[in-house]
This record gives sequence, structure tokens and C-alpha cells, in this order.
Amino acid sequence: MLSLRRKDLVCQQAVELVTDYLEGALSRRDRLRFEFHLRHCPNCTNYLEQIRITVQLTGMIEPDELSPEARAELTDLYRQWRSE
Amino acid sequence: MDVDAEWLSRLLDGDEDAFVMLVAQYKQPMLRLAESMTSNRAVAEEVVQDTWIGVVRGIDRFEGRSSFKTWLFGILVNRARSASSHEHSELPIDTVHAVDPLRFDANGQWADPLDAWTEDSNDRVDAASLLPALKSALEDLPPRQRQIVLLRDVEGLSHDEACGVLGISIGNQRILLHRGRTRLREILERQIEKVD
Repeated sequence: MLSLRRKDLVCQQAVELVTDYLEGALSRRDRLRFEFHLRHCPNCTNYLEQIRITVQLTGMIEPDELSPEARAELTDLYRQWRSE
Repeated sequence: MDVDAEWLSRLLDGDEDAFVMLVAQYKQPMLRLAESMTSNRAVAEEVVQDTWIGVVRGIDRFEGRSSFKTWLFGILVNRARSASSHEHSELPIDTVHAVDPLRFDANGQWADPLDAWTEDSNDRVDAASLLPALKSALEDLPPRQRQIVLLRDVEGLSHDEACGVLGISIGNQRILLHRGRTRLREILERQIEKVD
């Protein structure tokens, strides 16, 4: 039977966990492994920071600035949801 | 030790050849199963691709209680179900990696790390100059990714609310959000490099 070693995350795995981490979707164990990795890895810390900046900048887009199509799509979704 | 266990142990060691072999070995059975659960070949292929993403992300949570094949097909069935229940929630095949794999070495360590965006000045990145490109990148995202990013990051909805609006599972929501944000980060990176 396969026995799996508990392994440290490598960078390429860590970056894939960033959204799950920010969403609070990691198990406690995975979160601790992720945070442990970040403490020792400035490059992955930088990646997480860039995703945070991306989210912040996206939050600065005013819905009014969106194209009419994108806005219509969004309002349609709201309406469908409300009517359910 | 069965054959799969050996491949799997190589996979855990970051052996890319082992991954390629496994993908090739299971391609046909996975496609057949996916096709039986979805409406067409293209969706089935996306489900298969998405299953491998799930495998890579979950590989070290695989506990070896079931065979690798059972575990693999379990992931596939889950993905196929959510793809077919949201037929238009395309599971896109464009950005499947958070970061271009070429930026990592064979051990999964950074070979070509990202530049820090704030390194050269004390200022934060210049938001005003980046917003137009960001906005246009957002509008170019595949529809489901765009909807999720709009709801979560532009409108500020919680993940539960966004799932309610789109009628998708929280897991799918995270995948789409991850891909959408990944794409937007790449666009910002290109813009920032242009300015420097």
C-alpha cells in the first residue's frame, strides 16, 4: 500500500492554493502548511501580495464603468436570482 | 506495490514524466466516462482536464484508502456532474495554472520569480493607469469567470451570495474565481512591466 509522506509545499503548489487560502477554504492542516511555506518564501509571498493588489484594483472598477453588455448581464443575473 | 502506486509516488516527488504517463494512460477511460455524463465531447474534454487539476491540487490529500483509479474517477464524476448541471458554466481551458509552469524549475521552485510590483518606488502601484487595462481584461474573461469576478470583487458579494446568484457550487465558484483573478493578475503584470 502506498504510504504518503507529509511533504512541504513547493512553490508551484503553493501558488495554486492562494484563492482557497483567501477564501478560507483550506483545511487547518493545509492552511498551516501554506502559511509555513509563505514565511520561508518571499517569492510566493510576493505572488499572494499581487493577487491581493489585483483584487483591490478590481474593487476600484465602478460598475458604471462597465460596458452596457457586462452591466446588463449582471442585472439579468440579479433578477433571475430574486425571482427564484 | 501496484503500478499506480509507483506512478503516484513519483508524481508526489514532482516527476513530470510520471504525470504525463498517467494522463496518457487514463485519457480514453476518462473521456468515455466524461462523455457519458455530459452533452458533448468538448465539455467532456474540459471535465477531464479539470479532473487533472483536481488531482494535482489534491494529490497529497489522497490517502491511499481507495485505489488511485477509484479516487481519480470519483473526482471526474464530481466534475462531470457539476459541468452537466451547469452546461454553460464553461470550465475554461485557457488559464489552468496560477503561474506559467515555465517559471518553475523541475522541483516546483521558482526559477523565474515575479518582480515585486512596489519595489521601485514608495508609492503603491499606480491604480489610475492600470484600471483601463484591468477593466478590458475583465470584460474579456470567459462569461462564468467574468460573472464571478464581477460579483465578488467588483460588487463585493460574499461567496455564498455569489453562488446563490449564479446557482453554482462553492467549489466551482472558487475555481472560476481563481482563474479569473489569475488572468487579471497576468494582465496587470504585463501592464506594469510595460511602464517600467
